[in-house]
Amino acid sequence: MNRKKFIVILLTPLLLTLAAGLGYTVLSLPEQPQYVQNMVTDKMSESGVNNPVTAVLLNFRGYDTLLEMVVLLLALLAVWSLDMSEPKRKTAPTPLLDTLTRLLTPVLILVTAYLLWVGADAPGGAFQAGSVLAACGVLLLLAGWRIPNKLTALPLRIILIAGPSMFIIISIITLFLEGQLLTFPPAQAGLYIIILETVATLSIGATLAALFLGVNHNDKGKENK
Amino acid sequence: MTAAIFYALVGIALFCTGLFGLIINSHLLRKILAINIMGSGVFLVLVALAKRTENMPADPVPHAMVITGIVVAISATALALTLMLKVVKETGHATFPDDEEK
Repeated sequence: MNRKKFIVILLTPLLLTLAAGLGYTVLSLPEQPQYVQNMVTDKMSESGVNNPVTAVLLNFRGYDTLLEMVVLLLALLAVWSLDMSEPKRKTAPTPLLDTLTRLLTPVLILVTAYLLWVGADAPGGAFQAGSVLAACGVLLLLAGWRIPNKLTALPLRIILIAGPSMFIIISIITLFLEGQLLTFPPAQAGLYIIILETVATLSIGATLAALFLGVNHNDKGKENK
Repeated sequence: MTAAIFYALVGIALFCTGLFGLIINSHLLRKILAINIMGSGVFLVLVALAKRTENMPADPVPHAMVITGIVVAISATALALTLMLKVVKETGHATFPDDEEK
């Protein structure tokens, strides 16, 4: 116990110094630089959307988003490969949870679609929509709903890789049409972005919900049979 | 001091609180939570500093980076939690070996 007290006494001034240094840095920052921002503002008319954040995510820095989808998939693969599968509990939702989830699921799906669509003009987009979808999936799992094993094998995996695959397919299409990866022609940029975002939303939602579940249900199902 | 600078300072406070928790706590779950608090602090600093000059629109590039970062942080947390469960399954403790000796 004494050792912990010693560490606290030693650590507190060090961290306060760090906080003071960081705070001083923030306070002494120069004015916001205009350069990058002007580049985004100037190109907005060619981006296919009206929300600068969505334009940066899906159009100007499409690479980042493509690689991020791969990071999500990698995290899920790592979780699955640890094989922390627990015995599957057969639970049925209680009447209250049953009614609640039946009411909430359509609402959450509607919110997902709205966030996805509104991302073109206002804060929203694939990641926000995907998170709501994942929350819906987690809610259903916690309430006791289970996906039939038939659907967790190939169909789940197809949804999981759909997002990154769609990015790669569109990269190849733009490579041949425009000569560069993920460079959208201004006229069709909106269409490309909405296709990418729709598929990415499904993938992000499924991946996050699967991460929460943490169990490779397919193998588990086979063991049970 | 604008509102944005205030939020950035709060973000720094969150980061340092998280760092404190990360060093002090030996339980792995608390360490994971502390890293998440540190991450939230960093996101808050990035979002706030994107609009640190008044009468200017927010810079969308840091905002896009934060959205990316949040999703990566969630997946990293999920992986960390699974690793923690694995450690508990293997050793029976949710701490690192050299913490247990004390």
